[in-house]
Amino acid sequence: MKLRRLFLPGVIALLVNSGCANVKPWQRETLADYTMRADRDPLRVSQMQHVWFSREEANGGGGVGGGGCGCN
Amino acid sequence: MNMPLLKTILALGALCCTNLFSAHAGWSVGDTLPDLTAQQLVGKLPDSFKGKVVLVDFWASWCLPCAESFPVLEELHKKYSDQGLVILAVSTDEKRANMDKFLKKHVVTFSVVQDGAQKLVAQADANTMPRSFLVGRDGKIRFIHDGFRTHETKAQYIAEIESLLKEKP
Repeated sequence: MKLRRLFLPGVIALLVNSGCANVKPWQRETLADYTMRADRDPLRVSQMQHVWFSREEANGGGGVGGGGCGCN
Repeated sequence: MNMPLLKTILALGALCCTNLFSAHAGWSVGDTLPDLTAQQLVGKLPDSFKGKVVLVDFWASWCLPCAESFPVLEELHKKYSDQGLVILAVSTDEKRANMDKFLKKHVVTFSVVQDGAQKLVAQADANTMPRSFLVGRDGKIRFIHDGFRTHETKAQYIAEIESLLKEKP
C-alpha cells in the first residue's frame, strides 16, 4: 500500500527533476548558435515590430543582452 | 492543508532544486593546479610548468569574448614568455574542426590543446566562457578571471602576471 502511494509522486518527481537539468557554460555550443537567435531574420523582426506597434502600441523592448552562450 | 500532500509537494520541490543548487566543486584560489599531462588533452602541452607562471584559459570557438581575448593573450605571451609566463589555452570544443577553424582565423603562438571530452573543464567547473586561472610559480592558483572584458581584464592580467613573475621560483 505504501509503495503504491509513493509511485505517483515518484513518477512526478522524476518528470519534474528531468526538466531542471543545468546546461554548463561549456555545453552551450548549440544554444550559442546563430540559428537560436530570435532576431536572426531582420525582415521578420521588422514585420513583428510593425504588428506590435500598429495593433498594440507597443514598441521596442524585444531584445536582451547576450545570445544565450553564457559568455561573461 | 493535509500534511501528506504538503510533504509530497515539499519533497518534489527539493528534488527539483537539486540540479539547480548542486555543489560547486571547481578549482579555487589556493588550490594546486592538477597535473595537466595526466589529462586527456589533445595537442602539444608546453615543455614544463615547473617554476613558471601559468595562465590556463578555457575557451570555445563559439564564444565571442574568447575571440576577443586571443589577441590579448598573444600579446601577453610575446611580452612575458621570456620571463617565465606559460599560456595554455584549453579548447572545450567537442568538434576538432570548429577549434581548427577558429585557430585559422586567430593565429597564436602559445600552446592550445583540446579538451574534447570536456573532463578538465568540468573538473575546473568553469562557470563562464572564457574562464582563466592564473597560477603562481609555486603551482598554486592565485587569480581567477570570469569572462573577458577587453581593457579591464587586460590591465588585470598585466598587473597580476607582473606581480607573480617577481616572485622567486
